[in-house]
Amino acid sequence: MSRDSTGKILSVAFLLCLVCSILVSTAAVVLSERQERNKIEEKRKNILQAAGLYQEDLSIAEQYARIEQRIVDLQSAWFTEQFDPATFDSRAAARAPETSRVIPESLDLADIKSRSRFKDVYLVMDDGQLQQLILPVHGKGLWSTMYGFVSLASDLNTVNGFAFYEHGETPGLGGEIDNPNWKQQWRGKKIYGEAGEVRIKVLKGAVDKTSADAVYQADGLAGSTLTARGVDNLLKYWMGEDGYQPFLARLQEQGLKR
Amino acid sequence: MSKAKDVLLDPIFNKNPIGLQILGICSALAVTSKLETVVVMCLAVIFVLAGSNVSVSLIRRQVPSSIRIIVEITIIATLVIIVDQFLKAYAFGISKQLSVFVGLIITNCIVLGRAEAFAMKNPPGLSFLDGIGNGLGYSIVLILVAFFRELFGAGKLLGFTILHSTNDGGWYLPNGLMLLPPSAFFIIGLLIWALRSWKIEQIEEEN
Repeated sequence: MSRDSTGKILSVAFLLCLVCSILVSTAAVVLSERQERNKIEEKRKNILQAAGLYQEDLSIAEQYARIEQRIVDLQSAWFTEQFDPATFDSRAAARAPETSRVIPESLDLADIKSRSRFKDVYLVMDDGQLQQLILPVHGKGLWSTMYGFVSLASDLNTVNGFAFYEHGETPGLGGEIDNPNWKQQWRGKKIYGEAGEVRIKVLKGAVDKTSADAVYQADGLAGSTLTARGVDNLLKYWMGEDGYQPFLARLQEQGLKR
Repeated sequence: MSKAKDVLLDPIFNKNPIGLQILGICSALAVTSKLETVVVMCLAVIFVLAGSNVSVSLIRRQVPSSIRIIVEITIIATLVIIVDQFLKAYAFGISKQLSVFVGLIITNCIVLGRAEAFAMKNPPGLSFLDGIGNGLGYSIVLILVAFFRELFGAGKLLGFTILHSTNDGGWYLPNGLMLLPPSAFFIIGLLIWALRSWKIEQIEEEN
């Protein structure tokens, strides 16, 4: 069979694809357990970091023991016991038709099309008192969907910390949402204005610290307008009417009684 | 023996893929703000280059010429995905920082360039050395760029403080430009200038 005959072309292509796909799938399968573990550790570390509790010299499992994980039904705006928090996966829930909610286009600020009706939230408790409430948020940046946590102080309005744990933004530009200095500025910002409207905003450029609105504003990211806009949009969505706002209002009113 | 030595060492200064051929610039701009990520990136590129060169060279007599580029890219993509999976499992923090750029090794022109220009015509042993050599040539430029960017941009090397920056109460005012991708352009430009002043035969004729 000559080297350029159709048969030869097809057989070389077939064999190559076979070998390559075996190699790739072997690597993916063999390593997936470790990768999953890394992801869970990373997620927990980010929850702790968003809460400002993370200490590098202690094991993550030990520090994470302080945190209580619960599930919120956004439709009824209250906790639900329907799922086991340890195994609940809100991304899978967002895909499953019975637990997902298609977001009408006019409300879809974060550009995520659909979200889970149920969300996993994390409570930092101290003596039976809620210290911090950590909420998962996500939304479209420039290239990728960015997943992060917002930690609210016990007034359910002041930001304690805000960090992303998964995104595919450009390193050095949009990827600077991981920059400790940028994350630091969120501490003490307020989400809602006097009338309960979502007032937090990511500016283009730096915040004028003397302005009365400075407490509702965060610095943008130089060279990554679209990533910063994504952060702004996802906060507006998740903190708004279609997101956690009804739940936060009810929690504010009733407290944590069970 | 001397041919093998040339194949291995030429790409480092005499035929540097970045310095002379100006290939693979995009990752050189993107990942070089820190030495640590650069070292991992370079190891990944060396592995992929050597691996793809050997694999392509082994099957070079079997590959029909009409589909050879597709074959080369498939091999490269396979190797890159394996490296990416491996980093995600064993160097999670760094793989997060490198994010898409590990995947983008697939489109790094150096890898395909060496597979097409060298491995298709030479035996596996030499191709392996050529892959390692070009990987080293790429690495040396990236490491130099990252050295200057991290040192002057953050006052650190491999995360250790060298120049005590004013952010932490020291005396050194970090040069923010160094942390932005354009600074890599300037440094690579200066490196190429230095290289061509040293090896004047690399200067292209003006037309």
